[in-house]
Amino acid sequence: MLKAVILIGGPQKGTRFRPLSLDIPKPLFPVAGLPLIQHHIEACVALKDLKEILLIGFYPVAQIQQFINELQQVYNITIKYLQEFTSLGTAGGLYHFRDQIRCGNPDAFFVMNGDVCADFPLSDMYVFHKKHSDKSMVSIMGTEATRQQSLHYGCMVINKNTSEVTHYVEKPSSYVSTLINCGVYVFSLSIFQTIGEIFNAKQMEHYKNGNGNKEAGHIQLEQEILAPLAGTGKICALQVNHWWSQLKTAGSAIYANRHYLELYRTNHPERLTNPQGAGDISKFNCTIYPDVHIHPSAVIHPTAVLGPNVSIGQGVTIKSGVRIRESIILQDATIEEHSLVLHSIIGRGSHVGRWARVEGTPSDPDPNKPFAKMENPPLFNNDGRLNPSITILGCSVSVPSETILLNSIVLPNKELSRSIKNEIIL
Amino acid sequence: MRALILVGGYGTRLRPLTLSRPKPLVEFANKPILLHQIEALVEAGVTEVILAVSYRAEQMEEELTAEATKLGISIVFSHETEPLGTAGPIALAKNILQKSAKPFFVLNSDIICDFPFKELAAFHNSHGKEGTIVVTKVEEPSKYGVVVYDDGNCIESFVEKPQEFISNKINAGLYILNPSILNRIELRPTSIEKEVFPGMASDKELYAFELQGFWMDVGQPKDFLTGMCLYLKHLRSQNSEKLYKGPGVVGNVLVHPSAKIGSNCQIGPNVTIGPGVVIEDGVCIKRCTILRDATIKSNTWMESCIVGWKCSVGRWVRMEGTTVLGEDVIVKDETYINGGQVLPHKNIANSVPEPQIIM
Repeated sequence: MLKAVILIGGPQKGTRFRPLSLDIPKPLFPVAGLPLIQHHIEACVALKDLKEILLIGFYPVAQIQQFINELQQVYNITIKYLQEFTSLGTAGGLYHFRDQIRCGNPDAFFVMNGDVCADFPLSDMYVFHKKHSDKSMVSIMGTEATRQQSLHYGCMVINKNTSEVTHYVEKPSSYVSTLINCGVYVFSLSIFQTIGEIFNAKQMEHYKNGNGNKEAGHIQLEQEILAPLAGTGKICALQVNHWWSQLKTAGSAIYANRHYLELYRTNHPERLTNPQGAGDISKFNCTIYPDVHIHPSAVIHPTAVLGPNVSIGQGVTIKSGVRIRESIILQDATIEEHSLVLHSIIGRGSHVGRWARVEGTPSDPDPNKPFAKMENPPLFNNDGRLNPSITILGCSVSVPSETILLNSIVLPNKELSRSIKNEIIL
Repeated sequence: MRALILVGGYGTRLRPLTLSRPKPLVEFANKPILLHQIEALVEAGVTEVILAVSYRAEQMEEELTAEATKLGISIVFSHETEPLGTAGPIALAKNILQKSAKPFFVLNSDIICDFPFKELAAFHNSHGKEGTIVVTKVEEPSKYGVVVYDDGNCIESFVEKPQEFISNKINAGLYILNPSILNRIELRPTSIEKEVFPGMASDKELYAFELQGFWMDVGQPKDFLTGMCLYLKHLRSQNSEKLYKGPGVVGNVLVHPSAKIGSNCQIGPNVTIGPGVVIEDGVCIKRCTILRDATIKSNTWMESCIVGWKCSVGRWVRMEGTTVLGEDVIVKDETYINGGQVLPHKNIANSVPEPQIIM
């Protein structure tokens, strides 16, 4: 029997994902039509032996429970939300809920960071873990990055023959290795002994020195567990070439959307809307440039032209002569006649008037650099000006007819009255 | 009667349009700028028009000669070998202008207004002096040279860019002059405003005629569009059956009968659409001039633009900010052009979000 833990963080985390995370927890933000962590859950459900999925985080239960109830129904699997009383760090959370994880004595358990997107190779990872589990107790999914970008990740040096991690540094200041930690792991239950030793040592320290506000149970997996274990033969890394990306900023959502849609081609072709005349007769007879996902409840005028890389949410209305490309349109939004939406995210219940142009600047990885990952540039450049990014409308934003919204971010519930370029609208 | 029109040079201020066609032939409200003036002159009894040009343009000479034949007048091209300013060309055409003792008209070629040539001639004859200048009222006189005259309209002085209010009347660039004025002008580069009129004013030989209605110097794109708005408004009050009435039209719109407009469009206010133009479905156009044989594809939005001859503007394009497309420019689908000045025969594949000249 296997289990999986998905680390979803809490409201204080993922602030770089604002304004999209202002009204919906980031783990539930829909990418390719599904809440972000539903993609993790689908990868878990695909493993026959995996019987329970535990979400660990510190969001209020009310924000997560409905999602869990719905998914238990859909996938017929046990899903539990374990709420931390405060942020305990990646390993601290695992240790705090160790009894829940150990319960039923699983052969191993997966741990997945909630803010990564990937074609998760869970089955390969488990085979790999079993192969090394006589000595090793952690298997890490690793992937290649560019030398420069590797500095933003956990860097691993491995023994090519044994796959053993001989050196591990989280976000080094100088180059260590281009093999990076993807935030997807398989653990043996014996890991809790290692975490327990660290936990006890920290508790002792805490009582001895009584040092104030830092929670004693807070343990970081990468710095406090993985880095010390490197070189002991207890960690191995499986290097994979599957698509993988972090989802840190709102800008990376459109990139993630494109790749999840692409994965649907093989895994879930029924979730993609067929171009006219191809395959089954689609409910939507507008022009489609693949890949496009449209929720069945959306209303799309036949003269609209959608795609590539477009996701349309539940209850969305797209009027005549609308063009949408490289964008996500969230639940109950309306795009009026003749408007154009490019490289943008339109928030829930937002309204875009006629002949409007909503346009952002894509921030995809450099296609000319092998292994390049998503850059997550800060909002402002060194001159204090807004870096060009995708355009994001928070929920219930209204864009007047005939205006242009270029490289801008609009916070929720705002009624705009003019064109906006390179601005953040509070 | 005779008239001399100061056409002058290459019309660089109206580039990129004037790279393909001499400025006097650029269509303003579907008619070459110069023809607005010539037709009004013919209406007032002018039978010979002298065009003072500082370059040779065979295309212009051919086209205008054909127009002249239609109107039953003669057009004479007076070529300057060097630019002679605003007065020199009058001296250059001395032999023609002195053929009769009748007064003649002089016009700056970029002026659009409701040309009052008959009334101007009548007023000029009534005071019997050497010259009359048409003056028009402006809101901000400190930007211009103003004309100061007495209650009997006799001009007292000209004041350049007055700091304190002294008058709100400026020289409108239309004159009627007696042939005797030729004694005041030498054949050299001279300015009529600075070197001839002040002398006439001190001799009490110069009068002001107040223009009623609109007036605009349409020599550059921004003013070309403003002038078009004023002209269409004037057309609404004088000749409203010439304006287009069709589905989706808002305000004053002029559409050539051979142009085609698709469904679900919003055209206007203040739009001129030339012959052979095709506007596809779902297009919104405001305050624009679309010249002959251009195509605007579906769902495009544009405001304050001049689209040159034979241009093709793609689908879901947004164009604004006094964008001017030269002849035969192709604008690709889904681009945004703000204040672009695009030279002829260019292919625009990427957006131009800030004002820029595209060579």
